[in-house]
Amino acid sequence: MAYLSVEALSKAYRRNEVIRDLSFEVERGEFLVVFGPSGAGKTVLLRLIAGMVLPDRGRVVLGGADITRDAPDRRDIGMAFQNFALYPHMTAYENIASPLRSRGMARAELDGRVHGAANLLRIDHVITHLPKALSNGQKQRTALARALVGEPSMLLLDDPLRNVDAKVRYEMRLELPRLLRARDTTVIYVTQDYKEAMALGDRIAVLGDGRFTQIGSPETIYNRPADSRIARLFGDPPINLLDARRDGAAELRVASNSVALPVRRSNTVASDCVLGVRPEDVAVSLEPVAGAVPVEIDAVTPLNDRQVMLLRADDGTEIFASRPQSEQIEPSAGNAHDGIGRGRRRAWATLDIERAHFFETRTGARLAEPALRPELAR
Amino acid sequence: MSSQLLRALRIVLMVMVGLFFLFPLLWVVLMSFMTNVDILRSPPSPFFVPTLRNYLALISGHLSTSSGNVQIDYMHNLLNSVILSVCSVVVSLILGVPAAYAFARYKFRGGEDMAFTLLSFRFAPPLLVLLPLLGYFQTLHLYDTYFGLVWVYQLITLPLVLWIVRGYFEDVSEDIELAYRLDGHGWLATFFKISIPLARPGIAAAGLLSFIFAWNNFIFALILGSSDVQPVTVGALAFITASGIEYGQIAAALVLSVIPTLVLAIFTQRYLVEGLSLGAIKG
Repeated sequence: MAYLSVEALSKAYRRNEVIRDLSFEVERGEFLVVFGPSGAGKTVLLRLIAGMVLPDRGRVVLGGADITRDAPDRRDIGMAFQNFALYPHMTAYENIASPLRSRGMARAELDGRVHGAANLLRIDHVITHLPKALSNGQKQRTALARALVGEPSMLLLDDPLRNVDAKVRYEMRLELPRLLRARDTTVIYVTQDYKEAMALGDRIAVLGDGRFTQIGSPETIYNRPADSRIARLFGDPPINLLDARRDGAAELRVASNSVALPVRRSNTVASDCVLGVRPEDVAVSLEPVAGAVPVEIDAVTPLNDRQVMLLRADDGTEIFASRPQSEQIEPSAGNAHDGIGRGRRRAWATLDIERAHFFETRTGARLAEPALRPELAR
Repeated sequence: MSSQLLRALRIVLMVMVGLFFLFPLLWVVLMSFMTNVDILRSPPSPFFVPTLRNYLALISGHLSTSSGNVQIDYMHNLLNSVILSVCSVVVSLILGVPAAYAFARYKFRGGEDMAFTLLSFRFAPPLLVLLPLLGYFQTLHLYDTYFGLVWVYQLITLPLVLWIVRGYFEDVSEDIELAYRLDGHGWLATFFKISIPLARPGIAAAGLLSFIFAWNNFIFALILGSSDVQPVTVGALAFITASGIEYGQIAAALVLSVIPTLVLAIFTQRYLVEGLSLGAIKG
């Protein structure tokens, strides 16, 4: 049986159902990332599990015990908050010691545990400071130390890296799994950052409209998104969602152009659909290519080591493409330099249909895929 | 050049405003060291032989007038002021702080109406309620008791405490309270160890303001008590005697009665300003 199991949980505020009939399970020691845009109900879900908010319906079962109506202080749950929620009138030491104080732990043991946690998170040198004297990174480490020191059976992390700078965020992203795995802690981690979700989660649960629209491994979510909204949330620049229509037996009409439909997809698409093509699956060429969509290059911006291009097809459809910075586009005749990004210019975009996602036009749901024939399966 | 002129103008204006407000106070202080003869001299003169007679009369309680000696127990009035104000503030804090927390944190049916009703006590002219109140007090044997007056003083101090402190509690992050609960502490411990310390500036400001308001109250004690329980504000009336008005003693009495609130206000100015402005915005 799962360690935490949430059963048909619902919570409404003034008839607005924030959490709707939500069920899921987390195994002991698992790292589950709850991912969703702001306003999707992530924080409410955590508060329901923490016991700050009581559900209208449904149950929360932790370690075999029904804790749905238990007070927060009786749940054995640790939590770290996006805004740190440190006690401003207590030193970092007292902040970390707070979960131990509530148990009336002996002085010497308490002292050892607090210093142990502070050491682990490398804040032992600022332990006598008040929160206002700490940097944001140190504040978050203090908050994490406080959440960890009592060795709770369940850890809730509410977007804890949101308010720290990029360097600390990266460090913590590497450090957190190591810290948590060592203790075999069961974690629910909430974030709005898809990269964080992909980097940290054993599984990712995508929250939308009060329910999980997909739960799966990071690879599954990225490679087989359950609907077009999820596909759009994972990836930067976001996936291109292009309206497509069946055009004859073997062709799709996309951006007023005909694109060959792979044979194995011929049963997937009946009449029209939404074609999801990730920017990295759009190849840009300055020479005409068979089956490519003629486009104007509207804008080019660097993104880390990649180059992102905004392309505009002749009928106005916008398409993002990205390619490694180092990769040169074949220079056209009389132009030795690749010259992308200097004003508008003509190009041809080839959409990699083999790797594309097919979604239903009306609901955005992923269209059923035919099983791969054995000889094509890798 | 013009900026220098502006600056000079600004200083002149500030001095004028300062004089306008402080001169009466200064004159009262001067009066308290004058005899009635000096005070009534026309035109008034700031040059006189200072005397401590007024203060001595107040402290000893013997007031000698042209028509004989009068016993005045002004020091007792001063003590009454202290008792009434301190008790009122303490009761208001004990009742008002938890109530303010409830109004800030929980949405319950009729909550806003209740909070507003409490505030509306401040709108009604006291005279309107005083006569019926006097009837009640006499029936209930509350007339002329500290208990009765402290009770009525809640009309002044409780709304103040409630509305100022409520704003501060609303500013205390719920996440901080939740974090403390999750640490394993009960709600009562959370209230005392987290909510109250974080709202302390507001509680201090509300306490001080209510103290000053209670101290300055005149009408309630005038009607609902005798000289046994009356504070300085009412006690000063005794200097209007059959044989004339003892301006010197009135001035000395005023100076004595202002000292406690003045000292409080000076040492806690920061809290007062904060509490007043924040309470006004949030309330």
